[in-house]
Amino acid sequence: MEYVNIFIKGIFIENMIFAYFLGMCSYLAISKTVKSAVGLGLAVTFVLFVSVPVCYLLEKYVLKAGALQWLSPDFSTVDLSFLSFIMFIATIASIVQLVEMIVEKFVPTLYTSLGIFLPLIAVNCSILGGALFMQEREYANLGEVSAFALGSGVGWFLAIVALSAIREKLRYSNVPGPLRGLGITFILTGLMAIAFMSFMGISL
Amino acid sequence: MSKETIAVPAKKKKTKEPLFSAKNKRLLYDPLNDNNPITVQVLGICSALAVTVKMKPSIVMALAVVVVCAFSNVIISLIRNIIPNRIRIIVQLTVVATMVILVDQFLKAFLFDVSKQLSVFVGLIITNCIIMGRLEAFAMSNKPWPAFLDGIGNGFGYGMILIIVSMFRELFGSGELLGYRVVPDSFYESGYFNNSLAIMPPMALIIVGILIWIQRSRNQKLIESK
Repeated sequence: MEYVNIFIKGIFIENMIFAYFLGMCSYLAISKTVKSAVGLGLAVTFVLFVSVPVCYLLEKYVLKAGALQWLSPDFSTVDLSFLSFIMFIATIASIVQLVEMIVEKFVPTLYTSLGIFLPLIAVNCSILGGALFMQEREYANLGEVSAFALGSGVGWFLAIVALSAIREKLRYSNVPGPLRGLGITFILTGLMAIAFMSFMGISL
Repeated sequence: MSKETIAVPAKKKKTKEPLFSAKNKRLLYDPLNDNNPITVQVLGICSALAVTVKMKPSIVMALAVVVVCAFSNVIISLIRNIIPNRIRIIVQLTVVATMVILVDQFLKAFLFDVSKQLSVFVGLIITNCIIMGRLEAFAMSNKPWPAFLDGIGNGFGYGMILIIVSMFRELFGSGELLGYRVVPDSFYESGYFNNSLAIMPPMALIIVGILIWIQRSRNQKLIESK
């Protein structure tokens, strides 16, 4: 039950985009058509789901104060947590590289449709944000972390697909010139975020 | 150390063009208006909006981004000729991450309460698209001094939007500026309420949308074609 709760919370209440604005750059740039939005959303969900648990293990067994105790009792005073940024970003970048190679080898059609998005995920704030939130919120075990990662990924996916659907319709409406494109997208996202705020306070 | 790295190339440049030639000045001023990283280039929105509830954290965040952006631009620009092209992203990330760790440790040591308020968003400067974007688009192909100016300019362009947004949000959301009450008590007595929507995340997006609107209606060149 705890896992389901964290999962739902990740999708609706602590939505990466509407509550924390993470991954906004690619969210705004790639949301012009539903098709590419679905591709990017899937890729982000997948990378989040793989890399955040790996970062959790890294945090738990290498970086935290006294985490190296399993190697030898002498290391119980070592605190490497100041290295966590660089370790996390290195982990994420290498996982993205790995995912890219695997997808290219086994699912070439997906690879061509994702195109440039896949390598760009390495610098998508939502992935590093997921890892840092995981560190800050101190989840109890690997299951909770995975539920959180999957929930955030699905939330991100939902947000980008919803926005791209609206933007496809928006092409037929008469938006004032200066607001066209970027401006209206910001305001739309704001309105969607207000809608998502109605989920606040739900817990299972 | 970092001071030397700036001074040396600057001296060399002097023989060819003055330190603040028209071109270099443009590097500094353009990002503040016509080429603003947030409203025109659409970079770095990720970590920009969540910290804008109050002005103080926004100012600290803006300064942190200026520092990281300027110095990672200089470092990358210095080593741009020896970075193998295939692994440049990871080299850039390493340089930026190192700068961010320095900034983070500095904030933790001297401004602990602000550092707590900024929480994960200091770390997220690493993946701030402005920094990666400027490294990729400018520092990789330019000399250190222009790269430094470009970094400063873009950092301030970003910081400017951050501070404007946070000013509105703090004024309307809590009736304060920089923690000092500016809305007089008599307003509250006659039935004025703080707009609690302004401290919620959606308002940041809407304010940025309106800023873009204002900027583009003043500068017709920036309007997107349909």
